[in-house]
Amino acid sequence: MNLSPSLRRLLALCRKESYQIVRDPSSILVAFILPVVFLFVMGYAINLDADHVRIGVLREDAGPAAVRFEQVLSASKAFEVHSGPSREALVKQMARGNLRGVVVIPNDFSIRMAQGQGKASLQVLADGSEPNTAAFVGNYVQGAWESWQQSLARDQGRTQPPGLEVRTRSWFNPSAISRNFLVPGSISVVMTIIGALLTSLVVAREWERGTMEALLATPVTRTELLVSKIIPYYGLGMIAMVICMLVAVFVMGMPFRGSLFVLFGVSTLFLGSTLGLGLFLSTVMRSQFNAALAALTAGFLPALMLSGFVFEISSMPMPIRVITRFISARYLSSSLQTLFQVGNLGSVQGYASIWLIALTVFWIGLTALKTRRTLD
Amino acid sequence: MNIPPSTGAALEVRGLVKTFAPGLPPALDHLTTSFHAGTITGLVGPDGAGKTTLLRTLAGLLQPTEGSVRVLDMDPFTQGDFLRDQVGYMPQKFGLYEDLSVLENLVLYADLRNVTGEDRERSFKQMLAFTDLARFTDRLAGKLSGGMKQKLGLACTLLGSPRVLLLDEPGVGVDPISRRELWRMVRGLASEGLTILWSTAYLDEAELCDDVRLMNKGNIIASGTPKELMDQMRGRCLHVANLKAQRREVLRKALHDPEVVDGVIQGANVRVVIREVGRFPDLAAMEAGPDAVLVEVDPRLEDAFISRLGGVHGGDSALAAVTKPVELPASIDPEAVIEARGLTKRFGEFTATDHVSFKVSKGEIFGLLGPNGAGKSTTFKMKCGLLKPTEGQALVMGLDLKFSPSEARQRLGYMAQKFSLYLGLTVEQNLVFFSGIYGLDGQQQKEKIHELVEAFGLRPFLQTKTVDLALGFKQRLALACAVMHEPQILFLDEPTSGVDPVTRREFWTHINGLAQKGVTIMVTTHFMDEAEYCDRIALIYRGKRIAMGTPDDLKGMVVTPDCSNPTMEDAFIELVLRADREREAKVSQ
Amino acid sequence: MLKRLFRLIVKELQVTAGDKKARLMLLVPVLLQIVIFPWAATLEVKNSTIAVYNQDGGPASIEILQRLTHTPAFERIIAVHSDGALQDSIDSQQALLALRLPADLSRNLQAGRPATVQILIDGRHSNSGQIASGYVSQILQATRSEHGVRPTSIVNIRNLFNQNLNFKWHIVPSLVAIITTIGCLTVTALSVAREREEGTFDQLLVSPLTPGYIMAGKAIPGVLVALGQAGLIVLAAIFGYGLPFTGSILTLLMAIIFYGLALAGIGLFISSISANQQQAFLGVFSFMAPAVLLSGFVSPIENMPTVFQWIAWMNPLSYFIPLAKGLFLKGFGFADAWPFLWPMLVIATCTLSISLSLFRRHIA
Repeated sequence: MNLSPSLRRLLALCRKESYQIVRDPSSILVAFILPVVFLFVMGYAINLDADHVRIGVLREDAGPAAVRFEQVLSASKAFEVHSGPSREALVKQMARGNLRGVVVIPNDFSIRMAQGQGKASLQVLADGSEPNTAAFVGNYVQGAWESWQQSLARDQGRTQPPGLEVRTRSWFNPSAISRNFLVPGSISVVMTIIGALLTSLVVAREWERGTMEALLATPVTRTELLVSKIIPYYGLGMIAMVICMLVAVFVMGMPFRGSLFVLFGVSTLFLGSTLGLGLFLSTVMRSQFNAALAALTAGFLPALMLSGFVFEISSMPMPIRVITRFISARYLSSSLQTLFQVGNLGSVQGYASIWLIALTVFWIGLTALKTRRTLD
Repeated sequence: MNIPPSTGAALEVRGLVKTFAPGLPPALDHLTTSFHAGTITGLVGPDGAGKTTLLRTLAGLLQPTEGSVRVLDMDPFTQGDFLRDQVGYMPQKFGLYEDLSVLENLVLYADLRNVTGEDRERSFKQMLAFTDLARFTDRLAGKLSGGMKQKLGLACTLLGSPRVLLLDEPGVGVDPISRRELWRMVRGLASEGLTILWSTAYLDEAELCDDVRLMNKGNIIASGTPKELMDQMRGRCLHVANLKAQRREVLRKALHDPEVVDGVIQGANVRVVIREVGRFPDLAAMEAGPDAVLVEVDPRLEDAFISRLGGVHGGDSALAAVTKPVELPASIDPEAVIEARGLTKRFGEFTATDHVSFKVSKGEIFGLLGPNGAGKSTTFKMKCGLLKPTEGQALVMGLDLKFSPSEARQRLGYMAQKFSLYLGLTVEQNLVFFSGIYGLDGQQQKEKIHELVEAFGLRPFLQTKTVDLALGFKQRLALACAVMHEPQILFLDEPTSGVDPVTRREFWTHINGLAQKGVTIMVTTHFMDEAEYCDRIALIYRGKRIAMGTPDDLKGMVVTPDCSNPTMEDAFIELVLRADREREAKVSQ
Repeated sequence: MLKRLFRLIVKELQVTAGDKKARLMLLVPVLLQIVIFPWAATLEVKNSTIAVYNQDGGPASIEILQRLTHTPAFERIIAVHSDGALQDSIDSQQALLALRLPADLSRNLQAGRPATVQILIDGRHSNSGQIASGYVSQILQATRSEHGVRPTSIVNIRNLFNQNLNFKWHIVPSLVAIITTIGCLTVTALSVAREREEGTFDQLLVSPLTPGYIMAGKAIPGVLVALGQAGLIVLAAIFGYGLPFTGSILTLLMAIIFYGLALAGIGLFISSISANQQQAFLGVFSFMAPAVLLSGFVSPIENMPTVFQWIAWMNPLSYFIPLAKGLFLKGFGFADAWPFLWPMLVIATCTLSISLSLFRRHIA
């Protein structure tokens, strides 16, 4: 082999890094097993579309209308209805988290129903400590009530009041399955883990074990040192990406409407910026313990909370929206969501790419600045 | 490759100052010296003298605060890129990649140093032969013994035919056999025109160098060839022979003699260095016995070193002074305070320790010696309860560590090979912690800490983070922590590895003092002069006990017409080689 | 022996908070998370953009637009003038929602004829899209009743414990759990690995301390770190975010201790199966990430498939998060807390005894 010395050194360092990756069961765990576990949890366990919500129904009225309405609620797929002896008992059950809401059908319900429209009233108590579920309970009871009213009116042959029909269509994701946007989002979290978490440890480890001093005394240059940390973990990240895509498309049946080329490009840029972040933390901290905590704080948690895949970025206050701009996962997440459900879209992936390039330059540049060839 | 003419300085340092933090004394203080091509220069000096800082500066890893550094006529800091091919630097703690095999580590460094093709084949063969690692090329570096790691680290540094070699204590933790080979190899390199700087705590190693620089407090206080330095000591080195009294007691008293600047135990004799030629110490005051005589012996470099640094004064251990004499319960056999009965440890197919038995009696210093990877550490670990034997028994004061570990452990003190106190804690916090987990508290704890702080001179450092202590003080602190609870048994695993001779003297003064108080001591070491302090030695090789006896017994075993007065090192090497021959003879039968 | 244990604990705390960097790493992330996450973690929809294609231009459509401008959900309304532009606004993520008001809307409403309005949601954000379309529906229904149609019924909705469905009230108590999880697990799992790497572990093993004590000496500092961090967040919750604290402080203390013990058991388990700090850290992570997701923090446990529900019931977070909320918002006393406390105690007992036995075997 006739290689230039620089290339030979780079290859040697990359090979060394790869051996270390392959021989450490924990990096295999994180790169190959954790992504699959994470995707399954995100794809199947996390379901923002609430259904089978447990509610309690207190029917104080024995009249036919009250019984019928209770049946309507029971028949709904959205609810799992439990009846209770008293309001206090049901509220207590709700406080303990066994019920998410309580519907009270008052004792004059049937009488008032018979009197006509707008007379009868229902009371819904929801557990506000789970705001999302509480809102869901309120809206669904309201919805169930209204459609029941309308069907009653139809059955009784009364003229229906002129309706304003709202036709809602969910674009790209017709049945509005939350998995379809959670899975791309969680891929970006997984990729952050590999990019930032694994690499945050590697430079610190070299300092701790004294291998850095020995390396610095060889002809290795700063660039070779940096690049040799990036390439193997980039490879590992790409493998994980492929695994994630295979699981998402073939196991979970997600659509994929974009091009592989764009996917490749965006993932590359994303890995560039997160690897940069991880290396930066590792270089600055020089201790595995601290680097690990820092990577968790600056990598994983923001990817989960601030990347916009669970919590809408536009709903956040201004200063936090500014912070999200520096979270690489945000761009991968939106790019992937679009790639899966829409396709290639310059305005989304192009925009993301520009930011990712900027972040890559920022983090790797900062790492290069902080990487010294001396022990001072 | 162009080899520069062997005259002229290859390394040159002028007015070099290196300060790490404002307020701290400089690590290097206006140092001016030069080193010549084709020579091996020994860099010796107490801890904190600035040896490592000098080497790191020469390697371009530290920027000088002031002054100039020239390596092969270049500035290592600014022109490092041109120099790194030419300079091989082996740090004190050479970081091998523990999850890479021996061969993979070699290949990595060969690639980094651009050693390819036939060159590579040849150097690998040479390195593997020299390190005796050819059998282990596929073993992960993390699974090698400490000495083997050191050898592999050196091999990685030697790759790529550098013109300058900077070696920072390459011999630490390496057994005498390997050190001899290491030396032979470096000597060969020097004759090819390399400039070699060898920092060491082993003065016998420095004796072999062409040139020696003695450093202290960031500057050079003496330089010259070993012979020049040793000749200055001629007539001042004496053996006190034909002792009747206990040699430790004689040494203690000898060190009180105002004419004596240094003293050690050597076999059955006590070796002293006197202040001036012709002014002999008082044998009567030493109570050495009626037959005791003074015999002049050849000086060693260590004598020059110690006397340059002001000598050692007083043979009393402040630690022993505050230690109560050990009283063993009547039920315990004073002949077998520590006992190994057919101790065996197997790791899979590999037998690390193979039916080793011995008994150590009360107040005895028992040495465990052996080449790297011979099973010495495994035996030692079983003795102090860190490993469970596969077979046999490890008894401490008649208690089996397997069954009553907690009770047995309360009676033993342990000092690890690698400094292992909490580096992030202050000196005081470490003392409080270690006394606390051995059950000391309240007034008793305070008093004990006070005593030890005074005995070891740790008072000024109480609030210092342990990580910032000089090695010598770390060593003192480690010993202090190991003896806080007044153990009846002390386990010392290479306790003075990398420590300078002055600190080592002080350390052995304490150990001798403790032994005199009846503390039973088991120690492993690679320093042959330390082996001389032991009452008895067991030599372990390939898991088996190949010899046991007093240092003089062992030396006696290897007396031949050619070698009538073997040193401890000769004995060690010969006994190991003899075991090899016997094994081969058995195999061939 | 208790005094020795005390020394172990003091040592651990000194090591953990010994140097400035380490102290910062225990504190700064906690502060950052308290300051940032409650504002970020909201499922409410605010400041989003809606695209409107108004083909009508009549009084009803003008009123709808006016109402839309007044809801905090929509910060910007983009007027588009073709179906293509409407779709485009969604595709390019300019708008979360697109609304088409047909040309005959005002006419139909006035004439009492049924009318149809179309809403498009960006399916990539179907959750917030649905929430936002809920707001729009309310506006549309309100407009309809303005235009002469009486409401058909009255449904009184009251949200107990958190009347205004303030998301911060939901997030902050959950953060108590999530943040302490990180602190406690890293302290227990990584510190053992670090002692192994530094050789100090041998020093402990040759001392008379039994494995049980050595373990307790790691577990208790972990619990103390959890208490410290949790205390910080509870204070921030009450004084910074104005959350009510309606439950019993003593029960909260007990809850954190039980939870801390459960975590310490897991941390020690991880440390006893990992060879170095890297493995310990990745082990911590491999436990923590799924544990947070399967705790009911993001979506209710009863919505999960059965297998995941089983896992969730073995997860100490599944008990601690609702308990923290109960203590803050629902006035939990000891009796209310007990159903959450005992499972944590059971988990703690299991994990601690498993790791003790592993510990013992490891030492041998």
